[in-house]
Amino acid sequence: MTRLRLGLALLALLAAGALAAPAVAAWLGVDPELPDLLALQAAPSAAHPLGTDELGRDILVRLLLGARVSLAVGLAAALASTAIGLAAGLLAAWRGGWVDAALMRLADGLLALPSLPLLVLLAAMDPAAIGLPRGGAAADVLRIVLILALFGWVGVARLARAAALSVLARDHVRAARALGVSEARLLRRHVAPALAAPLTVAGSLAVAGAILAESTLSFLGLGIQPPAASWGNMLANAQTLVFSAPLAALWPGLAIALAVAGAMLVADGLREAQR
Amino acid sequence: MLRIVAGRLPQIAVTLALLSLAAYLAIGAMPGDPISLALMADPRLGPADVARMRALHGLDQPLLARWWAWATGVLRGEFGYSRLFARPAAEVLWPALRGSLVLLGTALALAAALGVAAGMLAALRPRWRGAVDAVALLSQALPAFWLGILLIILFAVTLGWLPAGGAPEGEGLAEALRFLVLPVATLAIAHLAAYARHTAASMAEVLQAPWITAARARGNPESRIALRHALPNAAVPLLSLLALDAGSLVSGALITETVFARPGMGKLLTDAVMGNDHNLALLALLLVAATTLLATLAADLAQRALDPRLA
Repeated sequence: MTRLRLGLALLALLAAGALAAPAVAAWLGVDPELPDLLALQAAPSAAHPLGTDELGRDILVRLLLGARVSLAVGLAAALASTAIGLAAGLLAAWRGGWVDAALMRLADGLLALPSLPLLVLLAAMDPAAIGLPRGGAAADVLRIVLILALFGWVGVARLARAAALSVLARDHVRAARALGVSEARLLRRHVAPALAAPLTVAGSLAVAGAILAESTLSFLGLGIQPPAASWGNMLANAQTLVFSAPLAALWPGLAIALAVAGAMLVADGLREAQR
Repeated sequence: MLRIVAGRLPQIAVTLALLSLAAYLAIGAMPGDPISLALMADPRLGPADVARMRALHGLDQPLLARWWAWATGVLRGEFGYSRLFARPAAEVLWPALRGSLVLLGTALALAAALGVAAGMLAALRPRWRGAVDAVALLSQALPAFWLGILLIILFAVTLGWLPAGGAPEGEGLAEALRFLVLPVATLAIAHLAAYARHTAASMAEVLQAPWITAARARGNPESRIALRHALPNAAVPLLSLLALDAGSLVSGALITETVFARPGMGKLLTDAVMGNDHNLALLALLLVAATTLLATLAADLAQRALDPRLA
């Protein structure tokens, strides 16, 4: 239980920071996207509690704005992956036969591919070519979420399939079938509740994975595009200045580590609670 | 066993063919084909030249026809030329593959050894469980690129003990090792957690088994029980983890290679994909996918051989 609480506390802290970002920016009187050439790489001070980056932008406010991106991408991608994975796994277990074989071979294939180069390939594709809006932070977030969900469902689908298969083989399900319960009601009343426990764990792990993947893509310059702030693109800038301003590289990485650890602790705690 | 292999090999072949098709179409959907890139490089080219060059390179054909031509070539053992490097794709691939095998091989061996040791510690000495869990959590939560940057700041910038990145300038094993330390450490820390967690869980389960009680009753020392009776059985599920990592042995580590500026498969694969280098990208992707699928098959077979209940 302590892990669950610790994880939830970490995530709540980040969420509070993300919500407070505009208020903090107004209070400090800084524009997080406007370069300030008179305060390049400024040391921490009252005006800039964590200092400024290589363009004179306030690091604290950009960190808080980055939390919005990370949490939004993490939660949305995890929800999408879980929904697709649940549908695919349930369908595979329920229909069996060639549907099962096709879905599981597809999952095998996606698992066998190197995920990072493929994420890079997809992230580099022209969003307009597949009918997505181009430009702006919101469009970037949507694009990243779709890309992550495209790969994220595989693990969830395998879990959902295994859990559904074990429920479908049980006697009370056979009894329900014999009593003439419709298949839709059978799935809703008997199978779905049994999937809830493993899926909450898989879902919180997916949040951690998505936050890490978004920061990686942004670090490589393919995720959230500057001037919008994301922890990954803040780190990419900080890396080039590692010799002159090592501290600037510290905060975004720490934020990523806290967010990922928070989501993982939640997953661990949920797993423990279900034992 | 032979029947399993005979059944799985055709499935693997079909998966690979479909994957290559999907990858071909995806790369085809990237903005800018080779000719438009050539156009940007040379403003003297006119529309007639473009049409002639497209026909010459077969780019006027539909994507499916181009994929078919490529696939039949591969079956004849012709992997084509790399567009970026103007050399046979297989020849370009080799040095990068060697670099990745050395880097990932060392890192994964280290990660597996340390991870299994940490997992056993957690299972055998409950006092240490919290510490091992914390280390595993940390190693999974730290983004690899940040860890790499931190190691560079500490060991290259502040202490100046090790190079910040790049390839060794001089000859000799010692020089090569100096350049290997930081990237290997970054990767090993990132991969260690999975081994530690799986070992701890599976050791804890095995230690409950009746044959462990029986071994204890026969008067075996605890160390022998842990190493000879429990570990081999606990290691069976670890094989599938190893099989998944076998793919990364070939696919390289894009982030670590980027942060430390090392040549390797991750960088090559990404450059090839981004540079519209069909032949090189597809060869690398297929190599990785084939390695992963075959390693999974090998792990399945090994698990069946080790645990008769699975056969």
